[in-house]
Amino acid sequence: MELDINSFWIILTGALVAVSCSMLGSFLVLRKMSMVGDAISHAVLPGIVIAFLLSGSRSTIPMLIGAAVFGILTTYLIETFNKKGRLQDDASIGITFTWLFAIGVILITAFASNVDLDQDCVLYGEIAYVPLDLWYLDDGSDLGPRAVWISGAVLLYIFALVYFAYRKLFITTFDPAYAAAIGISTMFWHYLLMSSVSLVTVVSFESVGAILVVAFLITPAATAYLLTEQLPRMLTLSAIFGVLAAFLGYILASYLDSSIAGAMTCILGLEFLLVFLWVVLFKPKAKMKKLSA
Amino acid sequence: MDLSIFSHPNLIFVSLGVMILGATAAMVGSFSFLRKRALIGDAIAHAVLPGVCLSYIMFQSKHPLLMLLGAVSTGWMAILSIDAIVRHTKLKTDAAIGLVLSVFFGLGILLLTTIQHSGNASQTGLDKFLFGKAASMVSDDLIVFGLLAIGTIALLVVFFKEFVLISFDINFAKAIGVPVRNMEIVLSSLTVIAVAIGIQAVGVVLMAALLITPAAAARYWTDRVKTMLWLAAIFGALSGLAGSLISYAAPSMPTGPWIVVVISIFAIGSLLFAPGRGIVFRMVKRRRMQANMRNDNILKLFYHMGEREKDYYASRSLSDLTVNRHFHKKELIKGLRSLLKTDAVLRINDKWQITEKGKRQGMRIVRLHRLWELYLTRYMHIASDHVHDDAETIEHIITPELEEKLERLLEYPVSDPHNTEIPY
Repeated sequence: MELDINSFWIILTGALVAVSCSMLGSFLVLRKMSMVGDAISHAVLPGIVIAFLLSGSRSTIPMLIGAAVFGILTTYLIETFNKKGRLQDDASIGITFTWLFAIGVILITAFASNVDLDQDCVLYGEIAYVPLDLWYLDDGSDLGPRAVWISGAVLLYIFALVYFAYRKLFITTFDPAYAAAIGISTMFWHYLLMSSVSLVTVVSFESVGAILVVAFLITPAATAYLLTEQLPRMLTLSAIFGVLAAFLGYILASYLDSSIAGAMTCILGLEFLLVFLWVVLFKPKAKMKKLSA
Repeated sequence: MDLSIFSHPNLIFVSLGVMILGATAAMVGSFSFLRKRALIGDAIAHAVLPGVCLSYIMFQSKHPLLMLLGAVSTGWMAILSIDAIVRHTKLKTDAAIGLVLSVFFGLGILLLTTIQHSGNASQTGLDKFLFGKAASMVSDDLIVFGLLAIGTIALLVVFFKEFVLISFDINFAKAIGVPVRNMEIVLSSLTVIAVAIGIQAVGVVLMAALLITPAAAARYWTDRVKTMLWLAAIFGALSGLAGSLISYAAPSMPTGPWIVVVISIFAIGSLLFAPGRGIVFRMVKRRRMQANMRNDNILKLFYHMGEREKDYYASRSLSDLTVNRHFHKKELIKGLRSLLKTDAVLRINDKWQITEKGKRQGMRIVRLHRLWELYLTRYMHIASDHVHDDAETIEHIITPELEEKLERLLEYPVSDPHNTEIPY
């Protein structure tokens, strides 16, 4: 196997997506909202398809808007079913995302002739095509794959969010009551975080697909959480796990001739398994802590 | 409805198959729902994919029973992994579920693409597990799934009492000697089997809906587990039928997603409109109660003013009425109009006055208020300046029976703690 420029672009895209996801995912895991993230990543599908149909192109901005709208809608529906409809929270998550995802699939099939989105691509992405879709300037020169630029921009946004709003995210995550008392709107940060999740999901659609983005959101964050109890360290560790998986996953995929995103997910799972075994077998202290807590 | 379409043999197979799958999943899923393990069903559904692929790699065959064997084993592994993660680490259930489902699914995709790329011709069809291909169901599948469904439902009936016990009060179940651990294993196995066969209809992603959405819909209509189970089964079967009919009528339409959309419409409809628990029902009930309280308060106001001026039937203008009490003018007009309909008030030009009937109602509210104040001071030993707010609420709620009891208990008192007269 040789690592050429195409491999480089693919690994880079994977790594960019992985870092965005793992940083956001850390907050999801700490807020016990992993499954809301999972739900959003599925439920933005109709938003993307509708944006696609309205704009008639695969341009990024309408898709981001469509996804953000449906991300917020999903969050709102889950809350409404739960609070107003008195439906237990796990069921309201399950019902909301399956329903919206089903509508998305139906829309894709109904307009299949004029939509160049297919189910497989949406489900498990096709990161292998990343190097084929270049960003051309007017004079004909190219700036490299479009996906790299888009995922890079999203990563910058996530960095900015975490950097500038660190304190607010921290407080609303760990002590929402205190946050409310000192005048930080927990609602606002909740919805902002959820729309960021939908943003990341859309960007990941083209690379890792709707379902595996969940693996990138939750697994590195969960793995890092086993090793530390400090948020900055958890963010860093989860990003490292994500990047490592993007790299090793690509190698595994080219060795097995399989889906790259699937292979990256397997590496993420393997990382978790190793850390899990290490913590359970060699760190009885951590276990004691849980028992006494 | 034109029933001639049912003469199409393939459609009969498909709709019958999907209805059986839908009903079975709904009944098993009712217990997942009651045990608040709805999303574990989602994880099992995703975890089935690698099992199916592995069994294909090992046996090079697509026999439904072999596929099922693989599906059940990885489905079970997912349950055990989630349990192990929650038990041994500080991660919460939701993170464990999300992690397990995505990693197992990733493994499934890895295996599936490896099989596909290896160029084996007979593998085509494995990917039907992703979205489900109900339309391609053949009579062999129908027999296998039908038997499994019957077995599953039979077990649900046999162990119904035990399953209900472990769903609602596991400690009580333990205390009275139910083999809790074994029952949990049986129930989880049934869930895995229901998922493994249900996936044929709707695929991995949407399987969770087949399990929990009918149960959630049924929950809005009843408080009895047995009724809920049957209702869920009916919802599941009906949406299965609807899905297969839609994709028969419009062949390009996918069956699975339509089943899910129909079942979701059942659930959201129930959530909004079911009597008793539905959002709209509760809203209407609350509005009606608020309107009643408002009307009570208006009559009370008339009574108070009449009491003070020793003239109960004086006609009063809107501004007279808004002077003392904090009524919004709009609310007041709305209330007066509805009281007009029940002949509790009269309208004379621009002024309003109460009728004999209205006076009696107003008097009753005032009486209840004062009786309650007296009751609180005499029996609960609450200071007389602390009892007003409580009485303000309870006056709208006390029933005639309770009223009589209060009167007897307080020996038909003549005045309340503030030394105002209690009117009879």
